[in-house]
Order: sequence, then structure tokens, then C-alpha cells
Amino acid sequence: MSLPTDDSTQDWSMKPTPRQWKAWLLTDTPASRRQAALGRAYRRWRQFSRNPLSLFGLAILLLLIAVAAFGPMLVSEDPLRQVLAERLMPPGTATHWFGTDQLGRDILSRLVHGARLTLSIAILVVVLVVPVGLLIGTTSGFCGGFVDTVLMRLTDVALAFPKIVLALAFAAALGPGVLNAVIAISITAWPPYARLARAETLRLVQADFIHVARLQGASPARILLRYIVPLCSSSVLVRATIDMAGIILAVAGLGFLGLGAQPPSPEWGYMVASGRNVLLDAWWVATIPGLAILFVSLAFNLLGDGLRDVFDPRHGG
Amino acid sequence: MSTPLTALGRLRALTARRRGVRWTLALARWAAMLVITFTGLLAITFFIGRKIPIDPVLAILGDRASASAYAAARLELGLDKPLIEQFIIYVRDVLHGHLGMSLLTANPVIDDIRRVFPATLELATLSIIVGVAIGVPLGVIAAVRHNRWIDHVARVVGLIGSSVPVFWLALMGLLLFYARLHWVSGPGRIDPVYDGMVDTKTGSLLVDSLIAGEWDVFANAFSHIVLPAGILAFYSIAYLSRMTRSFMLDQLSQEYVTTARAKGLSERRVIWRHAFGNIAVPLLTVIALAYSYLLEGSVLTEIVFAWPGIGSYLTGALLNADMNAVLGSTLVIGATFITLNLLTDALYRVFDPRAR
Repeated sequence: MSLPTDDSTQDWSMKPTPRQWKAWLLTDTPASRRQAALGRAYRRWRQFSRNPLSLFGLAILLLLIAVAAFGPMLVSEDPLRQVLAERLMPPGTATHWFGTDQLGRDILSRLVHGARLTLSIAILVVVLVVPVGLLIGTTSGFCGGFVDTVLMRLTDVALAFPKIVLALAFAAALGPGVLNAVIAISITAWPPYARLARAETLRLVQADFIHVARLQGASPARILLRYIVPLCSSSVLVRATIDMAGIILAVAGLGFLGLGAQPPSPEWGYMVASGRNVLLDAWWVATIPGLAILFVSLAFNLLGDGLRDVFDPRHGG
Repeated sequence: MSTPLTALGRLRALTARRRGVRWTLALARWAAMLVITFTGLLAITFFIGRKIPIDPVLAILGDRASASAYAAARLELGLDKPLIEQFIIYVRDVLHGHLGMSLLTANPVIDDIRRVFPATLELATLSIIVGVAIGVPLGVIAAVRHNRWIDHVARVVGLIGSSVPVFWLALMGLLLFYARLHWVSGPGRIDPVYDGMVDTKTGSLLVDSLIAGEWDVFANAFSHIVLPAGILAFYSIAYLSRMTRSFMLDQLSQEYVTTARAKGLSERRVIWRHAFGNIAVPLLTVIALAYSYLLEGSVLTEIVFAWPGIGSYLTGALLNADMNAVLGSTLVIGATFITLNLLTDALYRVFDPRAR
């Protein structure tokens, strides 16, 4: 069935109705590159939004981003201000919705400020790790031969290491701190990306358009950067979304051990650790930040699963 | 001269020899991978120990040491030698079990680890047993009843298992089952009253107390281990049920299953003999992986439960900058992890003809 492509959709002087927009987006015969790209994005969105769980994940993440961006302006309470007279107040009081910790600091305010920290650490790790993985993987797949063997053996070796324990050792050696935690996690997180990028590259290298580009005299670097890397990125980004969940757990784990962000900074893992000593008297101090970690990590998992179904139907099911 | 029969015989001998060569090659490759990976691990711990901010000499002597004491200690540690020679000496030491002295306990690190590692192994082993016993059947049933309620249960378990921080779940478990409901004993491996009542034979308190016939000790140890093991097992259940489900879905959509059903085989036989039989090998490798993850996951769990295993030892050392103990524990956990990983890989190649 061919979709109605009446002239009015092309006529920009008239305001198109939603139905015409839809027809324009879903047409089988896009008139321009932009229309094709937008149409593809729209189809993907339709497929993605059919899954309520993925939408739920997306909603939590949008909320998290909003909280990280604007939250600190909305909560009036200073996350570091100690009011010892108001220690360990239970959740639900008018001034402290989520209660206070053993130093009388407002937990809601600490959570909100901690969202910024958690999100930026996770993004920093991905920003550090993805390019490295992409570079190693695509180079390995593209060059083949000796380079491939060396790089892939290196990746295999790195994959065989225990991640968390090595991150702990690195964090211990580098000294505690947010940046060192990021480095420690990044060092152990790149190998899966290299594997993935290599597999994608091997699939792409044989394609006709790569041969054409080569015949036209494109340099290997150009083919790699302009043709292969962009085409690998969607599956790598899907993988990164799912990985975010694990990264957030690792960051929180380091924080819990006292190797991540240092007190009094409102890092969620550290907040759980500080609630441990008063667990029996004031359950909320450890419980609430833990729930926050759980929800954010769950959201990344749900979003990642949804994106994978859209971009990579091979792994569906 | 050659009759067809001997020609066939020769062909057989040739293929047999070729297969032998291929096996030897694969084995050599695997051994090389093992050596390379271990060397990599050693290089990392060596690098962390020697090259990262904390000066190893100052770590031992403190920063008020005189210049001559500093130089003497430097010489004693072999830090004046070329880096590669230092590394070779380091590898030799590790292979002889010399992991240095712990600053915290003043014992050789290897002795400390020998003392604490059995507690971790006991915890991880009990967890994997529970994880397999529940996770694998759950995965199979979820695949068979695809998109029914049990499948949704399996999915939710899998999702939560990969989203919940283990240290937090452990705290919540303590709060609920120990503090509120009093179903289990609190932190630690055993009540102090029972400590040292049974001889250490296997290192597992449960097994040792059974051997000795001390039922009180067994019951007490069990009430201590059941919560941490349950928490860790939850992660195995999540991982194993997810993997089993996806393996089974893959098999059940294939034509031989339809054929088996069309032949009139019972559903039970189709599922458990035919489909499940085909996923046994990948499943075994996944179980081994799950076990190695448990060894890692036990680090954070042990702290919450004050479980006297290698995780508690490692973190105690971490917070006191006891680098010999940190690197020693990292090496031991890493070596166990790598061995399991590579054994799994080998297992896969031996039993799955497609992977050869």
C-alpha cells in the first residue's frame, strides 16, 4: 500500500495536520535525505514506544536529568548544612520529606545534589571508554592480520580480569576521589566495546560501498572515520546505555567502600555506607539513597533493552 | 599393492593424526593464552605496586626515614635494578608464594589469604548451588511458557538482579530478616560460643561440623550463612535464569523440536531431553562464569556481613594502604577468576563441535 502523498504535505505555506505529518514521515518515497532520516527516526520511535517498560525507563532518566540540571535550584536546603537538633528525623515531616541523616542533613537535598554527581561520573566513564573501545575495535577489524591478532589478544586478556577487584586495586593505589574512581572503572570497562566494534567492522568491511570508497581513492583513515565508525556507533551506544547501569553500580560500590567521592559530598553509595551505622534505628538513611541507585540503574537497563530491540533486532526475543 | 581396505585404513590413520595435531595445537594455544593472561595480571599488580603514587620504600619506612635507611631499603627491595629484572624477580616470588608481609596483620600475606579464602569459597559455593537449583529451572520454564506470568517473573528477577546494588540489598536483608523478623543470625560466620569447636578439615564450617557430628555448630553456622548466601544466590538466579531462558528460546524455535513433537514425544521429553540437552554445554560455561562473578560480588557482600573472607581482608587492607595485602588478594581472586574463565572456554571447545 502506498501512502497518500498529497501535495499539501509539500506545501509549507499551509500548516500540515498531524495526519499529514505522519504520512510525510512514513512515506515509502522520501523526497530528501532529511525526510528519509526523520522518517527512520520516527519509525524507530514508534517501535520503541510500543514497549511500556522502555518508556518507563526513559521517563525515569528524563526525570533524573531534570533533577540533576534544575533540582539544586529547587531544593532550598543546603545538602551539607548540619542541624544537629534535627538529627535522624523520619521521612514525611513537613520540612524534610525524606528525613535527615545522623548529622541532621536533609536527605532529599543530598539526593538531588548527588544525582548530578552520579550522572556526571557515569557519563564521564562512557566518554572515556567508548572512543577507546571504538578505536581499538575498528582498527583491529579493519587492519586484520598481525594488528588484529595483537589487539584482540590484548582485549581477551583484559576481558579475563576480574573487573571490580581490579578497579578496587587501582582506586586504592591512586587514592580515593571521584576522578580516580572514574579512571579505575574506565581501565576495566573498555574491552567489550572493542569486541563489539570489531565484530561490526568485520561485517562492514566486505560491503560494496566500502569497496567503492576504496576504489575512489579514499585513504584507510577516511574509510575508518567517515564510513565505519559512524555505522558502528549505534550498536556501541546501545551497549553503552546498558553498561551505564553497571557503571553506576560500580561507582556506588566504590563510594560505599570509601574509595569514591569523599565525605561530605552527597554521593549515593557513600550515603548508603553512612546510613549503615544507624540502620537499626533509622532505616531511611541507608534505604533511600539505595533506592535511588536501584531506580536509575533499572532505568538504564530498561532503556538499553528497548533501544537494543529497535536498533539490533537480531538480539530480540 | 594397496587394497581399498588398507587405503581406508591409511585415511583413517591420517585423519586421526590430523585430529591429534589439531588438538595439540588447540591445547598449546590455550596454554599460551593462560600464560599471557597471567603475565598480564602480574604486570598490572606489579605496575600498581611499584609505579603508582605511593612510594614502596616510604610505605614501609614512613616519610621520616633517614637518607641512608631509605637507600638501604631501596637496595633491599631491589628497586635499583632495571624494571624488567624487577618484574622477573616479582614473578618468581609470586610463583613461590611470596606475596610479601601484611602491614596490618604482620603475617605473610599468603598465610592470611590461606586462612580467609575458605570462608569466601564456602559462601560462593553455597550461593552457586542455590543459584543453579533455582535459576536454571526458572529459565527453562520461562522459555517454555513464553510471555506468560512465570516468564514475566523471570524477567523482573533478571532486571532487578542487574540493577540493584549488592551492598544495599545485603543491608536491607539484615534489616528485615535479622533485625525485624529474627529469622537468621546476624553478621559473622558463627557465634563466638561455637568458635573453634570443630577441627578445620575442609575449611567449610558446614562440612566440618557435619563431619564432626556437631549439629549445634552446623545449625548455628547455617543460620549465619543463609542470608549472605541467599543475597548472592539472588544475583546468580537473575543471571542464570536470563541466560537459560534465552538459550532455551533459541532451541525451542528450531525445527528439530517441531519434529520431536510431531513424532509424538511427550512434552517433557522434548523439553528436557532434546532442547535442554543441547544447551547443557553453553549452560555449564555460563555457570562457571556466574561462579567467578560470585567470587567478585562476595567482596562487597562480605563487608556488610562482617564475613571473615578474602573480600573483608581486601577491603580492610585497602582502607589502610596495606598494598602487599591488596595486591596479594587481587592476584588470588584474579588468578581464580582467570582460571575459571579460561577453563570454561576450553570446556566449550571440547564439548561443542561447532566451536572447534
